[in-house]
Order: sequence, then C-alpha cells, then structure tokens
Amino acid sequence: MSIEQREARQPWILLTPALTAVLLLLIVPLMFIVVYSFWLKSAAGADTPGFFLDNWQETLTDPFYRDILLNTLKIAAITTIVCGLLGYPAAYFIARSKGNKAVLLVLLMLPFWISYIIRTMSWINILGVSGALNAAMLWLGVIDEPIQMLYNETTVILGLTHFLLPFMVLNIFVSLDGIDTNLEDAASSLGATRWQGFLQVTLPLSLPGLAAGGLLCFVLAAGTYITPVILGGPRDAMFANLVYEAIIRQLDWPLGSALSLLLLAVLGVLVLIYNRYLGMAQLAKGLG
Amino acid sequence: MSAVTLSKIVKRFGDYTAVHQMSLEIAEGSFVTLLGPSGCGKTTTLRMIAGLLDPTEGDIAIKGKRVNDVPIHKRNLGLVFQNYALFPHKTVADNVAFGLNYRDVSKDEAKRKVAAALELVQLPDLGARYPKELSGGQQQRIALARAIVIEPDVLLLDEPLSALDANLREDMRVELKRIQQSIGVTTVFVTHDQTEALAMSDQIIVMSEGRVEQVGAPEDVYNTPATEFVAKFLGASNLLTAQCVDAAGGGIVLDLPGFPRIEIPKERAPRVSGPGPVRLVIRAEKLHLKAPQTPADGMLSVDAIVENVDYQGQSARYFVRAGDHRMQAVNMIEDHPFAAGARVALRFRAKDCAALPVESRP
Repeated sequence: MSIEQREARQPWILLTPALTAVLLLLIVPLMFIVVYSFWLKSAAGADTPGFFLDNWQETLTDPFYRDILLNTLKIAAITTIVCGLLGYPAAYFIARSKGNKAVLLVLLMLPFWISYIIRTMSWINILGVSGALNAAMLWLGVIDEPIQMLYNETTVILGLTHFLLPFMVLNIFVSLDGIDTNLEDAASSLGATRWQGFLQVTLPLSLPGLAAGGLLCFVLAAGTYITPVILGGPRDAMFANLVYEAIIRQLDWPLGSALSLLLLAVLGVLVLIYNRYLGMAQLAKGLG
Repeated sequence: MSAVTLSKIVKRFGDYTAVHQMSLEIAEGSFVTLLGPSGCGKTTTLRMIAGLLDPTEGDIAIKGKRVNDVPIHKRNLGLVFQNYALFPHKTVADNVAFGLNYRDVSKDEAKRKVAAALELVQLPDLGARYPKELSGGQQQRIALARAIVIEPDVLLLDEPLSALDANLREDMRVELKRIQQSIGVTTVFVTHDQTEALAMSDQIIVMSEGRVEQVGAPEDVYNTPATEFVAKFLGASNLLTAQCVDAAGGGIVLDLPGFPRIEIPKERAPRVSGPGPVRLVIRAEKLHLKAPQTPADGMLSVDAIVENVDYQGQSARYFVRAGDHRMQAVNMIEDHPFAAGARVALRFRAKDCAALPVESRP
C-alpha cells in the first residue's frame, strides 16, 4: 500500500469508533422511531405494525398540537432574545477584561457543576409562596400575603434563560475575543465615538457568535421538557412534554414517535437555514 | 508653531515607568522617527499622542492646542498599525471612506476623495475588494489611504512595515516617504529598524528604557552618537576606552595602547570637555582591512589578526583582534574575503571616529 493510500485511509480508521457510536446510538434508534411513527396503537396494548398514516394525520392536523408547537417556538424565541440581550454585555466584559479572563470563564462554567434540575428547582426556593422573595417582601411590608409568582410562562422563560445563558455568553465571547482590538482603536482614530465604533465594527464582526449562541439556545429551549414540568403551570406544556405524555403516560409509542419527528424536522430546518448562511464551523468554535 | 509638542510627559503603569519626563517638539510637515528596541517606550509615546493612552504627567499639544482631555475621535489623527487593522467586513472603498462618514463631507465629495486616496497609494482599482483578498503590502497601502483621506493634522505610524517581507518592506519605505512628501503631512513613525529610520526621517529620536538618548538628523545621529547606546544601536560600532591627553587644541587627542595617536575633530566629540578617560567609537564599516604592507594612504594603521569571518556575499563581517582589543569590521569584498587567521592591517581615519565621555550608568 502506498503512503498516499495509507494517509487517505487514516482519517477513516480514526473516525471508526465515533462513527460506530453515532450509527448505533443515533441513526439506528432514529430509524426505529421513523418506523414506529407509521404503526398503530391498538386498544389491546400491542402495537400494530404496518404503514398507517393515522399518527401523522393527527399530528399535522390537530390544532392542539399546532398551538403547542407554535407556543414552544415562541417561548424558545423569547428565551433566545433575552439570552442575547443579557449575554452580549457579559461576553463583551469578559472579552475586554485584561488578565483575569480565565477566572471569569471558569465562573461562567461553574453552574454546569450543579445538575440542571437542581438549578431549575432552586427557583422554587426563590419565587415560591414560602420562598425568599415573598419572605423579603412580607418583612418589608410591601405585601400582606404571599403572592404566587411561579408556574406560568414567565417562570418557564426565566428558568430556560438561567440554563442557557452560559451557552450564549460563551459563543459571543469566542467571537469577540477573535476581534483585533486595533480595529476599535482605528475606528476611533478616524472620528467614530466608542459607541459608533462598536456599532460599525465590533457588533457586525461578532454577529456570527451571536447567531451561533442564538441557534444553540433556540434548539435547546425548543426541545426542553424539564423546565415547564418544574416551573410551568398546567397550561404551559411545551412540545417535548407532549412527546413524554404520549410515550410514558399513554404508552402510545407510534403517536409519540410522529410528534418527536415533527419537532426534529422543524428544528432541523432551522439548523439548515443557519448552516446555509453562517456555516457550522462557527458553532464548533463556540463549543470548543 | 510645532505640530506636536510633548512637555515633560511621564507614563507609569503601576510601579513601572514606561516613559520618563519626555519633552519634544515636532515641526510642521516633518517626518520624525521614534527609534529604539522593544520596550523603550516608543509605542507608548505614540499611543499617548494618539489619545489611546493618558500621560500620567505632562502635557501634549497638537498644533499649539493642549489635547490631554481631547478624546481620540476628536483629535483628527491618522493612525496606521503594524497589523493593518482594516475592517474585514467592509470593502476597501468603505474602509477608506470610514473616517469621512464622521466629517462634514457630501457623498460625491467622499467618493472623489476616496478615489484620490486610492490613486495616491497606487491601488485605484481595488475599491470593491475585501481586505482579505489583498496582499499584505496592498493592505498596508489601503490602511495608509484610510488614514490620510481625512487630512489628519498628524499621521502616526506604528511599525507599519514590520509585518512585510524584506523586499516589499524596502519598496514600501520608498513609497511611504513619497506619499508623505506629496501631501506634506507631519508624520511620527515608530520603528525598531535603524535602516528604516535612517532612510526615511528628517529627524530621529533614539529612545532607550523610556528615555530619549539623542535627537537629531539621521546623519548626525549616525556619525556623532551622543551616547554609547546610540553608538551600539545604530549600526555596528566598536567602542574602546582611550585616554584623552589634550582637548585644548583644534581636536581631541586620544592615546590608546597599541594604536597611533588619534586626533578627532571637535565636532565629533562635543561632550568631551577635557583630559581623562573617554570612549572611542569606530564604526565597523569605517574600519578597513588591508593586506599588511599596503601603503597607509594617510590613514591610521593597526596590525591585527582575523579571528572569524561572516561572509555575506557582496560584503563580509570580520571579527578581528588588535592586541587586547576585539573589534568588528564590515567591508566590501574585493576579489576574495580575508580568511580566519590572516594577518591584516586595520586602516581608519580619525575624522570618521567619534568620542564619548565614559558613562557611569548602572
């Protein structure tokens, strides 16, 4: 075998373990789900194999599912925007700070050491009827009785923002950190104020990071199901909760499969649009 | 009125003093170079003039007006960086037009000015390209066009040639000087490269460890170094400790064991006042190696042995020993270079030498 042939084969040899894992743990189960979505759940309990379009018809035509899908996308969009607005200044601060960047980045990562579920539940101790905020307001005399602040759409968005903000900050940081600080100096030497220089130079150059962070936040938010369970009310179910409901509660695997494939398709289209305009390389940068 | 005046400016970073009490007058329209090794305070000084750093003490005036409290965007300066710092998301034309957007210039006027600036840097057809599509040299020309299109009061150049290849650097040097002369803008140039400084400047300010060592025209700084640092930093020099035996006459008479008497013209030793130990400066290229017994031709002569040869094609650098003194000489090669171990006669003229007082610096 020539050196060229060996070199051409080498990447594939190195990729084999990872590709095997992806194939067995992702592609094959996904194929099962696709097949399942065309089966039928029978009253007797055993599913009927075959090629039935009933689940797909229900999924795509029932306004109940449509409304929850739209609401899920709305919550994901609001969360993404809030993360962007809160995350940008923080990322800018870290990128422009001198010397202690590493410490700040570790602090940013610190929440990941605590389980996401625990972090979400911590809001109950803060916003709950007997939580810290109510206790403080009662003590100050602002209110006479505790008020219920939990279990609504706002707390779901709050919980998601809490969870996703570090992803946003990290992505924007990577983008900002790669921008030559001489560019801002050049802009000001040419007559731009700091704010004008930021708008003309830094902001446009950091948009790829903002977009990568936005995509990550949106996809993770749209697929979440723990946050609405812990912090949402009965009417705040998100799409992933429907999948959970269908598969775990009603044992309707075929319907659950169709629902989850719909969500996958919607988010997949979003990722394709992103890839078309910005490319996946930016996302890899932010995660690395 | 001078274009830039620095009055006793000091810059400290914590306990570290980057610039010590520096005062300087830069004449309108002149090309002035801050020359020194890295860490000498030259870039700090430039950044203070630009308004990117505040002086800890002292005043900076541009065109007679104190600018300490004027923010950078109101100083009307052209700034060119070593790494070009072009805006990568804007076309060349938009890069050049950037500063005009913040000035009272109509759209048509701006277009005309951008075209004229691109013409001046000899890249008239690249307006629609993006910076990453250009070579390093082209990018630096565009950065220059962007800085001069706003007709700045002072043009500040921070090692603009250092990122370029050696050949390109020499072309750009000539080009930069041509552009500066054609628009007559006062220019402050920062470099660690003595060749650039000597070739381009009207005036050179040699700096070391935050202090000004010497201010003068290129020839003065080169021929009559004011300090040992300047003598060593500009070209290769031999510094020998000699005894001044007479400073009263027309020249400074030096006595050095193994050497004939050397009488240096007064103007080459302005800081030597009387008898005592002095430092004799002989430039490496003013020290000529000849075969022994070659007629002296009116030059001073010392016998020496070649210890090492650094062959450089058209010239060679020789490391020689004359008695206890080790010296170096850079000579053009005629026929063949001298070989290591060869006995030679070192020839030099007293009027090419300079003398400095012995420094008692820590």
